[in-house]
Amino acid sequence: MIRSAEALQTLSSGWFLEHAWLIPIVPAIGFFIIILFGKKLPMKGSEIGLLSMLSSLVLAGGTAMQWIDRVNSGAEAQFIAPVVRTWNWWQIGGMKFTIGQSIDGLAVIVLVVVAFISTLVQLYSTEYLKGDRRYTHFFAALTLFSAGMLAMVVAEDTILFLLGWEIMGLCSFMLIGHWWEDGANSRAALKAFFTVRTGDMGLLVGVAMLYFASNEWTTEHLGVSGFSIRGISAWALSGEPNSTVILVASVALFIAAIGKSGQFPLHTWLPDAMAGPTPVSSLLHSSTMVVAGVFLVSRLYPVFFTGFDILGSGGNFITIIGGITIVIAAALAFVQNDIKKVLAYSTVSQLGYMMLGLGAGAWLPAVFHIFTHAFFKACLFLGAGSISHSASHHSFDMKKDMGGLRKVMPITFTTWVISTLALCGVFPFSGFFSKDEIIDNVGHNGYQLFMIIGLIGAFMTAAYMTRATYLTFFGEARGASAGEHHDEHHDAHAPAHDDHDSHDVHDAHATDHADHGPHESGWRITLPLVLLAVLALSSGLLNATPFGEKWERIKTWVEPRAEVVMETAPGGPGHSNVLSIPAAAEEGHHDSPCGSETPEEGVCYAPQLQHAPFKWSKAMLSLGIVFLGIALSWLFSTLLYTRKDKRLVGLTERNGVLRAGYNLLINKYYLDALYENVIVRAIAGPIAAAAYWFNQNVLDGILHAVARASRAFSGWVYRNIDQRVVDGTVNNSGKATKGAGGVLAPVQSGKVSQYGALLFSAAAVAALVLVIINS
Amino acid sequence: MLVNQFLFLAALLFCIGVYGVIARKNAVLVLMSIELILNAVNLNFVAFAFAMETQDGHTFALYIIAIAAAEVGVGLGLVLLIFRNRRTISLDDLSEMKG
Repeated sequence: MIRSAEALQTLSSGWFLEHAWLIPIVPAIGFFIIILFGKKLPMKGSEIGLLSMLSSLVLAGGTAMQWIDRVNSGAEAQFIAPVVRTWNWWQIGGMKFTIGQSIDGLAVIVLVVVAFISTLVQLYSTEYLKGDRRYTHFFAALTLFSAGMLAMVVAEDTILFLLGWEIMGLCSFMLIGHWWEDGANSRAALKAFFTVRTGDMGLLVGVAMLYFASNEWTTEHLGVSGFSIRGISAWALSGEPNSTVILVASVALFIAAIGKSGQFPLHTWLPDAMAGPTPVSSLLHSSTMVVAGVFLVSRLYPVFFTGFDILGSGGNFITIIGGITIVIAAALAFVQNDIKKVLAYSTVSQLGYMMLGLGAGAWLPAVFHIFTHAFFKACLFLGAGSISHSASHHSFDMKKDMGGLRKVMPITFTTWVISTLALCGVFPFSGFFSKDEIIDNVGHNGYQLFMIIGLIGAFMTAAYMTRATYLTFFGEARGASAGEHHDEHHDAHAPAHDDHDSHDVHDAHATDHADHGPHESGWRITLPLVLLAVLALSSGLLNATPFGEKWERIKTWVEPRAEVVMETAPGGPGHSNVLSIPAAAEEGHHDSPCGSETPEEGVCYAPQLQHAPFKWSKAMLSLGIVFLGIALSWLFSTLLYTRKDKRLVGLTERNGVLRAGYNLLINKYYLDALYENVIVRAIAGPIAAAAYWFNQNVLDGILHAVARASRAFSGWVYRNIDQRVVDGTVNNSGKATKGAGGVLAPVQSGKVSQYGALLFSAAAVAALVLVIINS
Repeated sequence: MLVNQFLFLAALLFCIGVYGVIARKNAVLVLMSIELILNAVNLNFVAFAFAMETQDGHTFALYIIAIAAAEVGVGLGLVLLIFRNRRTISLDDLSEMKG
């Protein structure tokens, strides 16, 4: 079946690629060791967590190296088949569930990011949570959390994907509610859990739908079940699926992504999730939990591509949700005083960018944004944690307890500024290369309106980050960072540290710490910050479109080359004996999503996407917008917060329109009120009352009528049938039985041995009868 | 190898078990005899499964072993309680059920 053999190369593989399934297994084992033996270990289990994440990182690094070799070993336009290994998990009737790994560019890039950030966060946590009362449990949950994410990333099938997804949901609940003694924290954990679960229903529905819709096709063409992600991808692009089915499935799956990735209107859990310890926020909001939704969309991209007809329309469900999320979350970030909440809304907004990119056919820029965003957002969160840990006495309130910290915390300040610039998308920081590409490609693919939304979002991002930076690091020192001693904690995040002894213990290594005065954090906090800042600065260069093709490494390594793939033989599960041929070099045929005419037996795994050519003029426009945002915000912040300009101070109280807007934002668009007061109370209140009324009046009425009728009928039955017919029979049979009982009574000797003898002799007689009948 | 050798052995075991159940007065020994009967049945199952080259018999035998263990547990528990209450486990004394 190989038609043009000369263009094909045998793809290289290697130990790391073949054993990539070990990457999630190692931390999973680590979890069990920590939870079972952690408290007896010298470092309370944190060393196991750190060690397992470090091994995962090494494995992921090896996998990445070998994947790059594999890509290089392929021909120019050859489809680089993923490294697939599957095992039978269990079988019931005709349904076979396999479990396995499928390593391709997307999996590799996310694996590396997740393992890297998890390792740094664990290192950071050893310092940040020192002396915490549930230190061991924290590390256990953190390790399992990473294991869940990694399992989801390597998953070959939707079953394992679902498993990883749910493990993360559970662990996020445990981690957000880590300090559950405070009611607010456990409420936040519950809220996160239930909000995400609302979306999770969509994943379950979507996975089931895809299985039943695609199973027949995938079994016939590829020899895999309808749970296989490869199978589903190929099926979605085959032109086979019914458009309604695939549309409904992709809507269901996207609802799951909305819940997990905090998209509008289910984003409300994300800022509340800040109740967890800062390392958790950092891990959740940079590379794991919230990225899972984006990863779901990019992983099953062919389904969404076909379902929403991505290249054929100027707006669809994904882009609309993404676009709304970018703007509303960015607007919310302006009115927050809690530094972590600013970052949380910033995460929501950035996830909106990723979704927008995916929805508009900018797959690679969106995936690249996952990559770069993970570094700078983790750095920002850890920076915020560093401030609260060492300078503001566990407060996260920028207005009350921060300000002027750039001199006392030079490392935190530098890394923060680098990451902020990366987040804003300033050239040449990493965010520029990913975010600008998303905006550019969204416009290129015909989504002009959403490109404008993206630019507005970039402006707002620059402005609110400048505000946060100003409040934190510039101006006068206020509150705790000015050295004021707080006897009482005024912050919800503090309770776990209310034993001052632990605080003093881990302050001991700081060089010259006054009593709770602001100072720079220890090396276990600053080392991750510095590493992340270096990556925030430089990781964009891995796919620097402006510098030409040679710089587009991530594109070469990660983007599947969407050529027509031929099936050699229906391989059994576990054998990816799929060979590829390059597309016929005919121009202008874009009939199938693969970008070329598909032969009948041909199968393709990824849609052909185009990339917008880079133009400096467009980049200058967006850079200009970003700088404008920074400058305006700086000016405004200086006037408002430092000089207390009379025209600005209290403006929101004086101007009616602004006050209305401010109230809308400070109340988070009343979405929480909607969910808690209207929906939850409607279910708990009126709907329950209505159900009760219905129960009492309608159902009981019917029951009563039925009961009366039955009573009348049963009276008749009693007098005639029961008394005469039935009782007559019973009485007579009773008499008969009594007579027989009198005869048989001696047999009931009460001796067990006699019963046994009777039993066995009866059995012997029965056996004899059987033998006689059968012979 | 012939199955009938196994079957003979099983039949012998079965008979010993039946004898024990009928003739013994001691409740514990009766329980042990029941075990013999069960194991005779097991032997039959395994022998036939072996001869017919199927797995079903083996599966059944495993189930029976598990259930027999539970049965002995319950039986011994009963015997223990009876002994506590009456200081005897002779079956002849347990004839309250006489009709």
